[in-house]
Amino acid sequence: MFEFIQYDFMQRAFIAAILVSVACGAVGTYVVIKKIVSMSGAISHAAFGGVGLGYLLGVNPVVAAIPFSIVAALSMGAVQEKVKISEDTAIGILWSVGMALGIIFVNLKSGYAPDLFSYLFGSILTVSNTDLYIMLVLDLIILIVVFLFRREFLGVSFDEEFSKVVGLPSTLINMLLLALIALSVVVLIKVVGIILLIALLAIPAAICKQYTYDIRKLMISSTIIGAILTSLGLILAFIFNLSSGATIILVLGAALFISYFIQE
Amino acid sequence: MSLNALEMKDVSFSYNHQQVLEDINFTIEEKDFVAIIGPNGGGKSTLLKIVLGLLTPDKGEVKVFGREPKKALDLVGYLPQHTHFDLDFPIDVFETVLMGRYHGMFKNYTSEDREIALQALKDVDMERYKDRQISRLSGGQMQRVLIARALAREPKLLLMDEPMASIDPEMQNSFYQLISHLKDRMALVLVSHDVGTVSMHVDKIACLNQKLYYHGPAEEAGEGLEEIYHCSIEHISHGIPHRVLRKH
Repeated sequence: MFEFIQYDFMQRAFIAAILVSVACGAVGTYVVIKKIVSMSGAISHAAFGGVGLGYLLGVNPVVAAIPFSIVAALSMGAVQEKVKISEDTAIGILWSVGMALGIIFVNLKSGYAPDLFSYLFGSILTVSNTDLYIMLVLDLIILIVVFLFRREFLGVSFDEEFSKVVGLPSTLINMLLLALIALSVVVLIKVVGIILLIALLAIPAAICKQYTYDIRKLMISSTIIGAILTSLGLILAFIFNLSSGATIILVLGAALFISYFIQE
Repeated sequence: MSLNALEMKDVSFSYNHQQVLEDINFTIEEKDFVAIIGPNGGGKSTLLKIVLGLLTPDKGEVKVFGREPKKALDLVGYLPQHTHFDLDFPIDVFETVLMGRYHGMFKNYTSEDREIALQALKDVDMERYKDRQISRLSGGQMQRVLIARALAREPKLLLMDEPMASIDPEMQNSFYQLISHLKDRMALVLVSHDVGTVSMHVDKIACLNQKLYYHGPAEEAGEGLEEIYHCSIEHISHGIPHRVLRKH
């Protein structure tokens, strides 16, 4: 029954499942409680521009997606501060402009049609050791930043106006949170892909939020639930020979549905 | 020489080419208890936001205890309207109050901060709820928590935005009781569109509708109110049994 664990690629996939769950627990929690799921969706789609740029320049697309999605996230934040454009509109624009850029970048690389499918829908079974190292380093950065700025993130998430009144640099902190979301996006890309990853980022925290009001417990339980559900999705995908990214997302969706049902 | 809590000189502010505040001259002394009264859209909240340094006036000068508003934040407490909160937020009462003790990045809350936050909860008689998640509080209790959060800053000036709007009428008396205990510790400013009940409790009233029409003792505010509301005070305070406002 558990013979799949002996394959190297399955071992790497399980490690990847744990690494994505750390990002989901720490950053997904803020995404859910600050209600910026759509914004995060826009950042994830914009990251496709970075993937395309990576192809064009001949560097690892995941590595190229790091600066690209951070710049996209910060420009999103800056636009909202300076220009009178509604958040809703800005999200929609970033969403498709980022993807369009990615496609044009790929077009510019003449005579080569790379397999973009794995970046769009994920391919946890092809995660390489390099990918795992990148994910590990990004996870560590995320955890350190969340630990250092936990008071500030809590403040701007709960009551931004009051945060300003007590002298908290809310613009800077909002930007930092967007940058963290961008890093999380990069951690998740290889596992579920750009199009599906917003559900993986948000669902573990959305499930756990029903059961705890302590933000620390929320982060830890989201990480554990995320790891369990992602692994379950991975096993089901392997057994039934289904697309791994889509299976993981459906397992998460089903778990969210069941958790609401139990809560009722 | 003691500094005034607030001094505004010729302050004007416009938003989207619409004049919101015009030539406001306004002084609040230490330990004043002032109500700023005016119709909705009359610029009351804008005025508070200028004092808090959240908005910058187009012209004029604002001094809070002799300093620029942004440099006086440690002296000012703020009670916002609490209708915009996500009550489902994962935070308990004590953590909410502790936010009032924020000192800056990389600075942990000290044991002194915790003591002050706890004392603030005692001041509003909410100490026993300190571990409770905020969604499990009533409207009046939530307001007390937010007052405690403002008090945790140990302010010398407390600004309150429509404190009556979000609590039940029967809670209003206990709110005023609570606030009256703070009078000898700080200047109190509350903003309201409800003339009647407010004027019974405060010492001074300022009538604001784009311009400042009256500023002085509460019981002499009749004319200013009439001017800003364009109708008689009797109509405004209709139904209030213990009318303090003078009859014309």
